[in-house]
Amino acid sequence: MTTQEWKFTAKDIASKPDLFLSGHRACAGCGPAAMLRLIMKATRGPTIVTQATGCMEIVGSVYPYTSWALPWLHTAFENAAANASGIDAALKAMRKKGKVKQEHIDIIALAGDGGTCDIGLQALSGAVERGHDFLFILYDNEGYMNTGIQRSSATPTGAATTTTPAGSVIPGKLEKKKPITEIMLAHDMEYVATATPYYWKDMLTKVRKGLEVNGPAFLHIFAPCPRGWRCEPGKTMEYSKLAVESCVFPIWEAVNGKRQLSTPSKLIALAPQKKKPVKDYLAGQGRFRHLYTPQNKHVLDEMQRFTDERWERLLQKCESA
Amino acid sequence: MEKQVKQETMALNGDEAVAFAVKQCDVDVVAAYPITPQTIIVEKFSEYVANGEVQTEFVCTESEHSAMTACLAASATGARTFTASASAGLALMHEMLFVTSGSRAPVVMAVANRALSSPLNIHGDHSDSMAERDSGWIHIYVENAQEAYDSIIQAFKIAEDVGVSLPIIVGLDGFTISHTLERVDVLPEDAVKQYIGERQLPNVLTHEGKTVPFKLDPDNPMTMGPNALQNYYFEFKRQQEEGMKNALKKIQEVNSEYAKISGRSYGNGLVDAYQLEDAEVAIVCIGSTAGTLKVIVDQLRQEGVKAGVLRLRTFRPLPVEELRNALKNVKAIAVMDKSMSFGGFGGPVFNEVRHVLYDVKEHPLIVNYIFGLGGRDTSPRNLRRIFEDIVQIAKTGHVETQVQYYGLRE
Repeated sequence: MTTQEWKFTAKDIASKPDLFLSGHRACAGCGPAAMLRLIMKATRGPTIVTQATGCMEIVGSVYPYTSWALPWLHTAFENAAANASGIDAALKAMRKKGKVKQEHIDIIALAGDGGTCDIGLQALSGAVERGHDFLFILYDNEGYMNTGIQRSSATPTGAATTTTPAGSVIPGKLEKKKPITEIMLAHDMEYVATATPYYWKDMLTKVRKGLEVNGPAFLHIFAPCPRGWRCEPGKTMEYSKLAVESCVFPIWEAVNGKRQLSTPSKLIALAPQKKKPVKDYLAGQGRFRHLYTPQNKHVLDEMQRFTDERWERLLQKCESA
Repeated sequence: MEKQVKQETMALNGDEAVAFAVKQCDVDVVAAYPITPQTIIVEKFSEYVANGEVQTEFVCTESEHSAMTACLAASATGARTFTASASAGLALMHEMLFVTSGSRAPVVMAVANRALSSPLNIHGDHSDSMAERDSGWIHIYVENAQEAYDSIIQAFKIAEDVGVSLPIIVGLDGFTISHTLERVDVLPEDAVKQYIGERQLPNVLTHEGKTVPFKLDPDNPMTMGPNALQNYYFEFKRQQEEGMKNALKKIQEVNSEYAKISGRSYGNGLVDAYQLEDAEVAIVCIGSTAGTLKVIVDQLRQEGVKAGVLRLRTFRPLPVEELRNALKNVKAIAVMDKSMSFGGFGGPVFNEVRHVLYDVKEHPLIVNYIFGLGGRDTSPRNLRRIFEDIVQIAKTGHVETQVQYYGLRE
């Protein structure tokens, strides 16, 4: 069944058995865990999952228990894409020799923002350049949450983390969030997309499209972390929505470099008055609390400016494509 | 297969001999990154791939870290895998060496032994693989290109044995072996394939009580590479040691089986003793130095000196009994180390040998010579002087300096 034919409905999702099972040890309100359970519903047949060290790796594989109803491999932090390379090469070689009976096996590599944008970027770039057949999914909770909320290159400007604390002189992280999808697009990939779990149908469809690519595909999923963001556990989905509505995290997909906004972001592009201020998205997130003081107001202003600039650039890219 | 098979003689350097052996072993995946002096292995193998002489998937990774990762992941998927590295490349793999042995993935790796930076030096010594001593890999060091060829074939048989299931390093001295053209007798490909057979996977018990092969398989989903905490980690590590114990037997078994088809064996596979039976003085070393030492022993024997050589072929698992039995009656021993353990008491080989002989009553006098670092030439004349030193020690029973550096300006 191709993506076009496959309609993800709530009923379909509910009736399909879970592949990331309950009993894992994620925190209450964990965005990545909710995302993981959902996206595994978009698999289309025999699948092998490999994962970088991180929250979602440790919560689901505490020996002798497992949350994985799929074959699953973890080896280290910086190498999820290299794992995928090895699995892909093994399946190809063994299939030629008649040692793999399945006609096709999908490979999904999962990593957090540290395992993708920072320590894992080299292995990812290498595996994509070599053209291995796998879908790389980045679940971005904007920090090293597993080791106790440290800064990553995907942490947004202004956020307080344990390595960029809100001090009396330095107000949290000063640098911008690394534009990882632009880097991946520059690899001439067939499929690159962004998604958030609030728009779950869109997210599942993108997972399926990524799997259907005969070669590497990249999906960047925004996944709030209540523990690391110092927000209420019940707000995970709300922030997944507000990030899109404020254009902090627009959702789009690029097929062979042609970029198109996905419906929720497209609606904002068509009716700019619907675009919410960044402040609405930041409200209630403890990691930005220190910005609501007179001396840090400039950071808030800058954040709005960055967001507007990136959004404008994205619109131009979508038009020119 | 009991009968010795007809062999072809080729002129190969050590690296080419390794690549040729890998070609014959029906390897599924080779993932590697080039580094001097290992480069010829990957270059030669790339030619086999480009000319359709192998069915292997060759993955030119962007780093050694990813090379070892890809080998581990391919091995976990059920594939026979090989890689090669040296020096800085091996050091970059360091993290993954532990993960690979801990995952019980029988990856075979050739290491063209080379010095570590800094200062940068591309030449041969054992600093690189000695730094990986405790990584859980089996370590075999060869004496020449012929043995490099034979040991790669044997390595698959040893590593993939279900009782062993551990990765293995075959170390060949950088340049001295890797780049030196030698006469190498090679087995016909079908004889190699028949000898090593297809990779056998260990069976494991699932949660449902089913017995299934240990690999990533959608029909039998398995969680590989979990996290094991205070309550289980220790047992995993203890089991790895059991694999090492089994390797001790398997290496000897493979050495004698392989001798039947090839006519070649290397001591008992663990230690290679030369003129040791009645020796009063002996030198213990690893790698190519043993070749030169054997020639010197022949000369000394003609002069009436009861000299011998013990080449430690298998460094991990350490053949404790074999070392003890081979050396217990020698009066004075010089252990040669081509690497240093900074701030320690002599080099790593010295430490092992001296340690093993501690329990022997009236144990031999043992001294350490650190030599050949960064490819410093080791002349037969210098090696002969070491024998002269230990003859003197045997005579007088007096050791002046326990750890010495040989062949350098001080």
